[in-house]
Parts: sequence; structure tokens; C-alpha cells
Amino acid sequence: MSTIVLLTVTGLGLGALYFLVASGLSLIYGLMGVLNFAHGSFLTLGAFAGWEFARRAGADNWWTFLGSLLVGAVVGALFAAFTEFVLIRRLYERHIEQVLVTVGLSLASVALFDGIWGTDTIHISGPAWFRETTGILGAQIANDRFVAIIAAVIVLLGLVFFLKRTRYGMIIRAGVESRSMVTALGIDVRKAFTLVFAIGGAAAGLGGVLASHYFQYVSPLLGGSLLIFAFIVTVIGGLGSLTGAAIASVVVALLQQFANFYLNGTGDFVVVVALALVLLFRPSGLLGRKS
Amino acid sequence: MTTSKTDPQSEAQPDPQQATAGSAAQGATAATAAGQRRNRKGQHDGGAAAGGRTLLKWGAGGAGVVLLALLPLLNLSLPGVLPGPTYTPGSLQLLAMCMLMAAAALSYHLLLGVTGLLSFGHALYFGAGVYGLGVILDTFDIPLLPAMGLTLLLVIVLAHVVGAVGLRVTGIPFAMVTLAFAEAGHVLVGRNPGQATGGEEGLTLATDNLPEALLGVANTRNLYWLALIVLLVVFAVVTWVQFSRAGHVAAAVRENELRVRVIGLQPYLIKLLVFVVGGVLASAVGMVYLLLQSGAVPRSLSADFTITLLVMVVLGGVGSRWGAIIGGVFYTLLDQRLTSLAQSEAIAGLPDILRIPLSEPLFILGTLFILVVLFLPGGITGAVQRATLSRGQRRQAAARQRQALENAE
Repeated sequence: MSTIVLLTVTGLGLGALYFLVASGLSLIYGLMGVLNFAHGSFLTLGAFAGWEFARRAGADNWWTFLGSLLVGAVVGALFAAFTEFVLIRRLYERHIEQVLVTVGLSLASVALFDGIWGTDTIHISGPAWFRETTGILGAQIANDRFVAIIAAVIVLLGLVFFLKRTRYGMIIRAGVESRSMVTALGIDVRKAFTLVFAIGGAAAGLGGVLASHYFQYVSPLLGGSLLIFAFIVTVIGGLGSLTGAAIASVVVALLQQFANFYLNGTGDFVVVVALALVLLFRPSGLLGRKS
Repeated sequence: MTTSKTDPQSEAQPDPQQATAGSAAQGATAATAAGQRRNRKGQHDGGAAAGGRTLLKWGAGGAGVVLLALLPLLNLSLPGVLPGPTYTPGSLQLLAMCMLMAAAALSYHLLLGVTGLLSFGHALYFGAGVYGLGVILDTFDIPLLPAMGLTLLLVIVLAHVVGAVGLRVTGIPFAMVTLAFAEAGHVLVGRNPGQATGGEEGLTLATDNLPEALLGVANTRNLYWLALIVLLVVFAVVTWVQFSRAGHVAAAVRENELRVRVIGLQPYLIKLLVFVVGGVLASAVGMVYLLLQSGAVPRSLSADFTITLLVMVVLGGVGSRWGAIIGGVFYTLLDQRLTSLAQSEAIAGLPDILRIPLSEPLFILGTLFILVVLFLPGGITGAVQRATLSRGQRRQAAARQRQALENAE
């Protein structure tokens, strides 16, 4: 029993990280049709920025941790908005070229991170509470899992509130439905594009700081490894669906954890098999619209 | 299509000529561009190319291949491009690598350029060739050729399975799905199942059953000739598929899949065919890559490698076989040059803000790639082609080249 609880909570923590990456990917794809290969770089830069901040401000208290989360999110958002403004904006409606540009950006940025921070992984430390464990139903669970889960839930609720209740959220949702209609109503939908990129980048940057605490290291490859699973999550959840991304990240992460424990570390394959099954029986994903 | 049949040999006028004979290079690429224009025209007019020009193309192509084949016997130096005279093993190794990468890029061109399939998992087949042959030679006591045949069989099955699942979706989701499968392969190899793949360390080529002629530094020239043969064969197969009936349907699928379906053809089967052919060609290149490198590393299966192929094809120019070849050669040479530049004294002495970006070859290549996508539609071949046109035609050509990429969705 305690093993199952442990695996579930750890899986939820991992799912929270997947969601933070996948939510931005899914929103960006839904609104603009851009598959953003540079999303992993937003995450990595956020993680490094958070780490640099924590290192300078003293890594072991809660305020520094909250500060590093904020720094990570802001840096991720700025990098993402910059990307949209400088690179993506010139290539509207040319989806393949947009993908290619983000591929180039991820190549160049990961190489640059390599050059600045080195290729080795850097071990990090957070508030002492993170290293302690909490007992739930007999399972001893590392506390940083809870932080990741809580952060992801807050981001999910915040995004849902933003999309459903605010004016810009409404423009974004309308843009996902029909961009030409929104433009015809005299609304500058390009502002919404930059905004969606900034939101996705902020979620990814936040996810980067949390991921660095979850895995206890930062490295230039941090983003790339999470990005692949985030892609799988967005396809399984249905491209463009935020709820789908949330459900799929939890399902994928739990599958991965349980398969890794009970089926000899085959978690990654089980996930790919799940992807194949979803594509065979429901090509548009769990909550995706029929194309 | 008489023009298309003559293409493999005539267009096989080799691009390393660009590397080996500086002044001849411009003429060669210009001739290529002209040839492509004629080709496109030929498709419409039913192959009305002048007989004399066809003969010229044949002759030039044949001469180019002969020159390439003779390189290991000649003493030509190209300072700045090759590490030494052309007969030295180091230069031959680099040239062979250029040709293999050009062949791999050609197999990717079949997916992206011809059929418009943006696959992010092409490395899976290349890596399946590398690791398949490596593991089979390591595990079973059989000669090289049967081992290669067995690997090809495995790759054909693998490509059918992945293609059958992945092609249920199109466009961007297809890219993600192929990426996921390739990543699964990458993880599998890294995990070292049954001590067969050597994990992250990689696999060393088992040489017990290999012919003597392919072993040792002194025999690099044989591997060079093997790489040349692979490039010619891949070029011939790609040309054949591209201009066959299936290839025309594939091009039609790229332009408008719905119309193809309305006519009563089955896009799914055609796409699967092209996907499998592209995969098999890539795995064949991978097998020779294993022999040339005398070993396999997980990187040959990674998403990075697929992206490298994508960069080559886009740098050279999407939709053109010559673009794929030039892109492959250009990328390989540039990567090699930049890596040695990164370790040079001149870079080490620069202040940090210049030293860090310049010492990362991938940063420079990535930036170059972004600039090509933004400002140079049609890549290198596209730019050369436009340079030979008048202003009005130039704008049309740019629009067409942008379209070529956009259709690939």
C-alpha cells in the first residue's frame, strides 16, 4: 500500500512538471498552430535563472525559493515573448517555417547554455524542508513533490480563471476557435499571440525551477528531456486542449512511474505504447476536437 | 520520362567538386539549377529536353563521378577545407562522411521534399541500420552481407509498424508521433538491454567476420569508394521513386491530399510506401556509417540527428535533390571546420562575450539555420537559382520556394 501511495504522489509530482510544459505548448499550438521546439529552452533558461538567483541570495530559505520561482517565471516569459516578437511574428501562417525557426533556436540556445554554464549537471539545494519527508498512509514522501503539485494546480486554476473570466482570455479562446473571425471584429489578435507565448514561457520557466528541485540538478539538457514527454502529453490530451493536457500529464506520469517500478523500468516504452494506442483509436487525442 | 531517367548519372555530377575545384563549382551549381528548371519544365512538356544538352549532362555527370572515384589516387590539397591531401586517410574519412550525410539527407528529402511529411523520427531508421548491423555482427557469427540483409529486413518491419501508426495523423501531430517513437528507440539503446548495445558508451564494431579490405586506416579508401557507391545508389533510388507513378501521387498528396482522395487514390498507402523506402535508404546509409566509424553511439538515434538531417535539407533547399546533397556536404564540412575553430588559439584569446558563442559550433549552425529560414527561402540551391534569373522571375521563384516548404504540412 505504501508503495502505491509513494508511486502515486511521485507520479503526480512528475505529472505536475509535464503539465507546466505541456500547458504552454498546447495553448500556443491551439491558438497559432506553432509546434514550439524552443519550449524546452524556455524551461532550461528559467531553471538557470532561478538557480543563479538562489545561489546569490542564499539557497536555504523559503523567500529565496519563492523569489527563484518568480525569477524563473519572469525570465521564461521574457525569453518566450522575445521569441514570438522577433522570430515567429515574421512567419505568420507559415507553420513549417515556424517549427524550423524554433528548432534552430533550441539548437542555438542549448549550445549557448553549454558555453555559459558548462555541459555538466550542477547539483542544487533548496530550503531544508525539501529534503525531509512526510508520511502519508505509511509512505515517506519527499516534500518537493508536494510543492510541484501545488504549483501546477495553482497554475492550472490561474489559467482556467484567466481564460474563462478575463477579456484577454476570451480573445485567446475565441482565437483558438476562429482567428479570422476575431480579426474581423477589429481585435488585434497579434497581442494575444505575444501574450500566449509569454504565459507559456512563464509556466515553462516556473516548471524549470521546480524541475531543478525535483531532479536536484540543473543542466542545459533539462528542458529537452522534459519536452519530449510534454509533446507526448499534448498529443494524448488533444492538441489545444488545456484540460486534456492536465489529464494526460497525470495519466502519462503515473503510467511511467508504475511501469518503471512494476515492469522493470519500462516506463518510457509504456508511454510510447499508450501514445500509439491513443492514435490508433482516437487520433485527435482524449479531449481534442475532430479535425 | 526520358529526362528523369538520365538524371541520376547526369546530376550525379558530384558536389564535392565544389569542394575540390573552386572555380568549377560555380559552373556546376549553375548547371544544376538550370537542370532543375528544365526538369520542372520537362514535367509539363512531357520531356522535351534537347538531345545535345542531355548528352552534355551525361558527360559532365560521368566525369564528376570519375573524378570523385579517382580522388583517393590523386594528390590534391584544399587548405581550409580538408585536413590534408586527398589521398590521406583523414581527408578520405571526412569526404566519405560528407557523402554519407548527403545520402542520409537525400533519404530525408524523399519524406519532406517529395511527400511533405515532416518526420522528426528519421534517425530511428538510420540508427536501426547502425545498431542493427552492429548488434548482429556482434552477436551472431555470420558474414557481412547476410548480416546487412537481416538488418534491412528488420528495418522494413520496423518502418511499416511505425509508419502505419504514425501516418494515422498528419502535419504537426505526425512530427510529434515520429519523434516519440525515435525517442523510445534512443532510450532503448541507452538502457543497454541484454548488454547488446553498450549503453551510453556505444558499441564497437566486431571485426571477426568482416572482409580484410574494409579494416584498418590504410583501407580508408575502400570505405570511401563504398560511401560513393551508397551515395550513387541512394540518388538513383530517390530519383526513381520521385519520378515513378507513386512519386507523382506522393507529390500530389503534398499539394492537396483531399483531391488525391477524391480521385480515388489512397494517400495513406502511398505515404506509407515513401516512409518505408526513406527508412530503408537511411538504414543502408547507417550500415556504411557503422563501418566507417568502426562503432555506434546512441547519438545516431537521437532527435538531434533527425534535426541535423532537417537542417541539412533546409540549408540546401527543400524540394530539390541537389539541395539535400549540397546541404549534407556543406553542413558536415562546416561542422568539422567550426569544431576545429572552436579549439583554436585565436578563439581562446577572445573576451568571454565573443569566445563563448564562437566556441559552440551548434550555436553558429543554429543561428545560420534560423537566418536561412527567415531570409533565404529555398536554401543554397534556391539562392543560386534566383541569382541566375531576372528580377520579375526572381520574385516568382521566391514565392514558389516558400510554397514548396509550406506545402510540406
